[in-house]
Amino acid sequence: MNRRRVPTAVTYILLAAAIAFCAFGAVRGETDIVLKKAVNICMECIGLG
Amino acid sequence: MAEKHNRRRTFIQAGWGILSNAYVRGFLPGGPAIYTGPLKRFCVPGMNCYSCPGALGACPIGAMQAVFDGRQRKFSFYVVGYLSAIGFLAGRFVCGWLCLFGLIQELLYKIPVPKIKVPEKIDHALRYLKYVMLSVFVFLLPFFFRSELNTGYPFFCKYVCPVGTLEGGIPLVLLNPLMRQSLGWLFRWKFFILIVCIIASMTTYRPFCKYICPLGAFYSLFQNASLVRMRLDEEACVHCGICASKCGMNVNPSLRPNSMECIRCGECINACPKHALSFGIKEIKPEKGELKGEMS
Repeated sequence: MNRRRVPTAVTYILLAAAIAFCAFGAVRGETDIVLKKAVNICMECIGLG
Repeated sequence: MAEKHNRRRTFIQAGWGILSNAYVRGFLPGGPAIYTGPLKRFCVPGMNCYSCPGALGACPIGAMQAVFDGRQRKFSFYVVGYLSAIGFLAGRFVCGWLCLFGLIQELLYKIPVPKIKVPEKIDHALRYLKYVMLSVFVFLLPFFFRSELNTGYPFFCKYVCPVGTLEGGIPLVLLNPLMRQSLGWLFRWKFFILIVCIIASMTTYRPFCKYICPLGAFYSLFQNASLVRMRLDEEACVHCGICASKCGMNVNPSLRPNSMECIRCGECINACPKHALSFGIKEIKPEKGELKGEMS
């Protein structure tokens, strides 16, 4: 399937939106959830839970 | 030239792998099992289990699953935004340069055993599997089920991911006698997946990346839009096919320089006798040949 090239300006806008997403998630405390998950041994991940 | 490029890439992959798993105390018997400091708030860009004794950062796929919460309609803005930003910057560049599990597969492929060429139709069909992994195991199921920590249930990590078994499960089980006592069917299942993955990696180039990896699937969605991209000089290209023959991911860069399957390792750039391929930054006006290259 052929795809049209995404205009460069659109890429920059979407990149800014992605960074805004990231910042918004951090502000509303998602990094705390990530930290909580990552500092406990993930029993499911290692095959014990 | 190609040798030098390969060495440099391996050095960067290994260096990044060591740097992101540099918590040495985790590997010492009697020490803390894993790192629990503030760096774990941040995700590494490649597949790297956060339960690896040395891991300094969080796995983006595990983190994404953890934040999803259907009951509170909670979307994972932080991780999705972070990964999207990397995708818009460089597409699957991370797969080729900053993924430890990718390096492990490449090293396994160097073991001199007979190599298997997956038939084109099967290969093509299997490539879609990683999008199923991403949409069902990473996005959909964790959204509706909760873990004991009241985070999204890590379906992909639990039932599929061989990275967690290799980087987290095996070292932790070896270092901790209590964990050895609690091995059950799940560990055996995950160990089986890991063995299959290891054998497949010895006979096929990066099979996990091609067919299973949800992170590669996510980054591939940005290949067409990313700022860093492959450029093809159509006037210089003689379509000799050398680039395609060198590509382990079975991409033909002279037809599709920014294919969704390209991990931007740069092997084709070095292989091209006419220097028709290069890395470049996306420009406002498309370069000649770039439009032709925008195919999946």
